[in-house]
Amino acid sequence: MKAEFRESIQQALANETLAGALGKFSEAYRVSRARAYEGIDFEALRAQIAERKGFAAAHLEELAERFRQSAEALGAKVFRTSEPAEVKDYILRVAREQGAQRIVKSKSMASEEIHLNPFLQQAGIEVTETDLGEWIIQLAGQRPSHMVLPAIHMTREEVAELFSKEVHERLGSDIPRLVKVAREELRAKFLNADIGISGANIAVAETGSLVLLTNEGNGRLVTTLPPTHIAIVGIEKLVERFADILPIVEALPRSATGQLLTSYLSIITGPAENTDGSAKDLHIILMDNRRTEMAADPVFREALQCIRCASCLNVCPVYRAVGGHVFGKVYTGGIGTILTAWFDELQKSDEIQSLCIQCGACRDYCPGNIDIPELILEIRRRLATEQGLKPVERAVFPIINNRRVFHGLLRAASLAQKPFESGGLIRHLPLFLSGLTEGRALPAIAEEPFRDRFRRIRQPQCADKAAIFAGCLIDFAYPEIGEAMVKVLNAAGVEAVFPEEQTCCGAPARYSGAYESAAESAIANIRALETEGVRWVVTACPTCTVALLKEFEASLAATGRQEHLEAARQLAARVIDFSTLAFHLEQEGRLKLKSEDGPGAITYHDSCHQKRTLHATEEPRALLRKAGYELTEMFESDVCCGMGGSYSLKMPEVSASLLRRKLAHLRDTGAEEVGLDCPGCLMQIRGGLAQQGDGPRVKHTAERLAERLAGDQDATAGTTGKPRG
Amino acid sequence: MHRVPSRGAALEFVLETLKQEGVSDAPGSQAVWVGDPGLHPLAARVPGLSFDVTRERAAAAKIGITEADCAIAATGTLLGDSTPVAQRLASTLPAIHIALVALDSLRENLAEALAKFDPRRARYLAAITGPSRTADIERVLTIGVHGPVRLIIVFYGREEASA
Repeated sequence: MKAEFRESIQQALANETLAGALGKFSEAYRVSRARAYEGIDFEALRAQIAERKGFAAAHLEELAERFRQSAEALGAKVFRTSEPAEVKDYILRVAREQGAQRIVKSKSMASEEIHLNPFLQQAGIEVTETDLGEWIIQLAGQRPSHMVLPAIHMTREEVAELFSKEVHERLGSDIPRLVKVAREELRAKFLNADIGISGANIAVAETGSLVLLTNEGNGRLVTTLPPTHIAIVGIEKLVERFADILPIVEALPRSATGQLLTSYLSIITGPAENTDGSAKDLHIILMDNRRTEMAADPVFREALQCIRCASCLNVCPVYRAVGGHVFGKVYTGGIGTILTAWFDELQKSDEIQSLCIQCGACRDYCPGNIDIPELILEIRRRLATEQGLKPVERAVFPIINNRRVFHGLLRAASLAQKPFESGGLIRHLPLFLSGLTEGRALPAIAEEPFRDRFRRIRQPQCADKAAIFAGCLIDFAYPEIGEAMVKVLNAAGVEAVFPEEQTCCGAPARYSGAYESAAESAIANIRALETEGVRWVVTACPTCTVALLKEFEASLAATGRQEHLEAARQLAARVIDFSTLAFHLEQEGRLKLKSEDGPGAITYHDSCHQKRTLHATEEPRALLRKAGYELTEMFESDVCCGMGGSYSLKMPEVSASLLRRKLAHLRDTGAEEVGLDCPGCLMQIRGGLAQQGDGPRVKHTAERLAERLAGDQDATAGTTGKPRG
Repeated sequence: MHRVPSRGAALEFVLETLKQEGVSDAPGSQAVWVGDPGLHPLAARVPGLSFDVTRERAAAAKIGITEADCAIAATGTLLGDSTPVAQRLASTLPAIHIALVALDSLRENLAEALAKFDPRRARYLAAITGPSRTADIERVLTIGVHGPVRLIIVFYGREEASA
């Protein structure tokens, strides 16, 4: 990572105005969005949008041609090109032919994408953005930091400053007054403009219609007052039928701003009447700029289902911390990362893609049903393939793939860390490593890993056996979680086995784009876990669970290791996360928990993979209640704590910022106990609390259940039958 | 939003509103009305009111009056064929927009309302939901950026007309 980028992250994190604006917005957004979607089946709606947009993406050529015919039959002029330069030349040509001096624009991301304004201005034409946010950005000489709210990073004082310069009058920072100034200034621009340039939210092939949604009314004026209207439309805005606009119009305002509908919805089909009674000179530019190429890519085609609502920015914990000037180029946030990689170039997305923590929040909110985190991983993978891994990763992943060397190093590290350790945590590391302990203490590597401790736990012989997949953190940092799992399983009449050859699940490699390394880990673990007679493969780390359950197969498929796919599927069929298994055992009456004399109030943190991939966050809550805890929910319990595996090592400042919010929210509950199901989150949150001093106790659900086993059970209670195999 | 029993009452309501808002011949105080020729004599009764909706008059007017083809219950939206440019001028440029709409034109949702139109004929279909708004400065909702500051909707007649 370039020092410049790191510096921009640090500046953004230190910018309190930005943090305040984005923080408040993201909190309010969730509420207003939820209200706007009341009574609507979001899953059904986004399935419909994904189907219609997906169909369009698969038939771009056909739809573009049909659109051209439909619009031209009504008198519009349609220009199709794949080249941004040709778009600019076309517009300049139209302007020259009309002798146009002044252009007004309503919001168009496609025009931002091709940097149209500076081009026209250099040609001596006055170009005015009329969307208030865009105008502010234009006056400031910046680029939008958000796709829907371009000036969200600016304060009213900054806006007052800009407007004062523009109108040569000292303006106060009263917002309604500032808006009035904009209204008056821009009204004159509208009335005097020769050409209006707009984008379009949707273009309908069947009818040649353009659909524009705006709140301010500038879209109506841009398309009404100047005699010429040029619409720049990215061809991914095409849909097949007129009826296809309905699901998009239903979702876009709700997802973008929490509105049922924007103030204005305009559907323009061919040239309408000008103010002098003539027909509008209507030009529609269908711009490709690599969209067709994207549509031909089996992985990235999905990104064309985007309706540009920016909800992936609004729910992104990293975007909220750093804003769109750091997290994005022309297009910002999660989808912006993907669009930058395509519309700009793959290399340009290198830094911004590294900001994604893979928490998966955006995936749940996307009305186009785009798996944004997965597509960002694919960018990472292609970058790693194209330009190789970062030096550290290049050194580390082969080590992780060699279990003996890796585990040997971890054992050695447990001795080497001694000088920095205190009370099982490392609070400060020397010199360049100090970034790792920013905002949190690191766990000390256990003197005796779980794999060694397991050998000493005498196992009952039971009909049901579970193989424990510990994962690196439980094996080497938190062996006590492993021991607790064993205790709970045994209490429920389940025999535990520990396949010795298991190693890192490969998630760190996969999330760094090193799929080859991840696939090697998958193969090693599939072999290690092919234990006969084992009913379940249980893990207490949701990231490992997801790796075993889904990603082994994905990494193997992506790297062409077809011969291992069947074995990966067979393994996945037996994989279960600890809390879900414990929940079932409790339901079946096999696991008995002590509910009397409860330990008091607890607040539960939802780990990203546990919540959004495994969808298993009710199970641990139910178990904790059964174990006598009183659950007090924290604000934003399912927002990422900032750990993200190796993310916290690569982006320590961002990670620490996310952690600060999380700690504040869990402290606000007043609960003395924090529950969670992920050793990564545990490391992050416990470490953060330790560095702040006093705080609630953080423990894994497995530990809490092990402490609350009903007294009438001993380690072998509930044992039935004899071991098999 | 207002509800009156008949179209006649709706017209009376408009005239009363024009009076209250001080519509007069003075620049910035005029009103423009997009209405059928049968209404044009009303102009004689109100100084400052014109049925000849030009770009200049609409830009100078305080009030614009239009009739919407239909209303949408689910979102509180007015929908109409705004192909004639006067419709757009009168509903966008003045600070106050008064829209008359027959109650029996009310439809449940956008899908039902759009079904009334053929986009190839209605070349500029315009849906209006509330006044012009922005939240572009510090996300503070502010009314009346480029379009009207106030939208007054006058429903007239009865639901489910006997016709």
